[in-house]
Amino acid sequence: MLMRPYRSFWSPWREMECLRRDMNRLFARMPTSFVGEVAPTYPAMNVWTDEDGAIVTAELPGVVPDDIDISVVGDTLTLKGSRQPDELEEGATYHRRERRYGTFTRAFQLPFQVEPDQVEATFGNGVLQISLPRAEEDKPKKIAVKAG
Amino acid sequence: MAEEAKDLQVQETEKQEVVESGAERTRDRACFVPRADIYETNDSITVVADMPGVDENSVDITLEQEVLTINGYTTPVEPEGYRLAYAEYRVGDYQRRFTLSEQIDRDEIEAVMKDGVLFLHLPKVEPTTRKITVKTG
Repeated sequence: MLMRPYRSFWSPWREMECLRRDMNRLFARMPTSFVGEVAPTYPAMNVWTDEDGAIVTAELPGVVPDDIDISVVGDTLTLKGSRQPDELEEGATYHRRERRYGTFTRAFQLPFQVEPDQVEATFGNGVLQISLPRAEEDKPKKIAVKAG
Repeated sequence: MAEEAKDLQVQETEKQEVVESGAERTRDRACFVPRADIYETNDSITVVADMPGVDENSVDITLEQEVLTINGYTTPVEPEGYRLAYAEYRVGDYQRRFTLSEQIDRDEIEAVMKDGVLFLHLPKVEPTTRKITVKTG
């Protein structure tokens, strides 16, 4: 405890308040998945952007392209799908079971409106790549500055 | 066995990185442990590993003594002119090692790579040890 040169009332509440503020600051800096504020989501997606659109990639190993359902409404991309379990023969026993299967749904909001007719998706080696071009009316218009 | 389809959880998205012990890898990329299922029948062992982004030419499978090593290499896919705005997963190579307890017929090993999933079929060999019966003399 600090020795103060002058007498002052030490309040335990003040210490608690300082501690609470510091802990809040510490937790605010941590990645959200550690704290658990964000709901868990599958699959993980990466988003690449440029001025004319975005490319979203997701890793979906073992998913058949027919089982993937992609829909775009306005600026929201919804990815749905399912992964089938492996067929096992009679009398097989598992040593390890780490791969999961099941259904997944993920909705993703983009910072611009998407042109739905020009959305393309490719699936290679278990990686899904969706290209989402920006809607014409949403593109920024250059405004010329006139001298005068 | 039939199981209900359940929702996939976030454990799926987090990739586990290989812990470097001893010699480092020569490639300067992140290396992850692929999720694998192993099941065994009377005459074979099958290893199924999830390695998205790996095609059939980029897989390296070696069986030395009783250690099976699976290496999967990926090439980074970065669209031209785009900037990475949001990343939830990292791209890297895959490596996993298994110690096999059974005798494996090395000539009959089959590996199939489909949609980023490796199916490794390891047929077992008839055991060469003979049981020796003890007779009373």
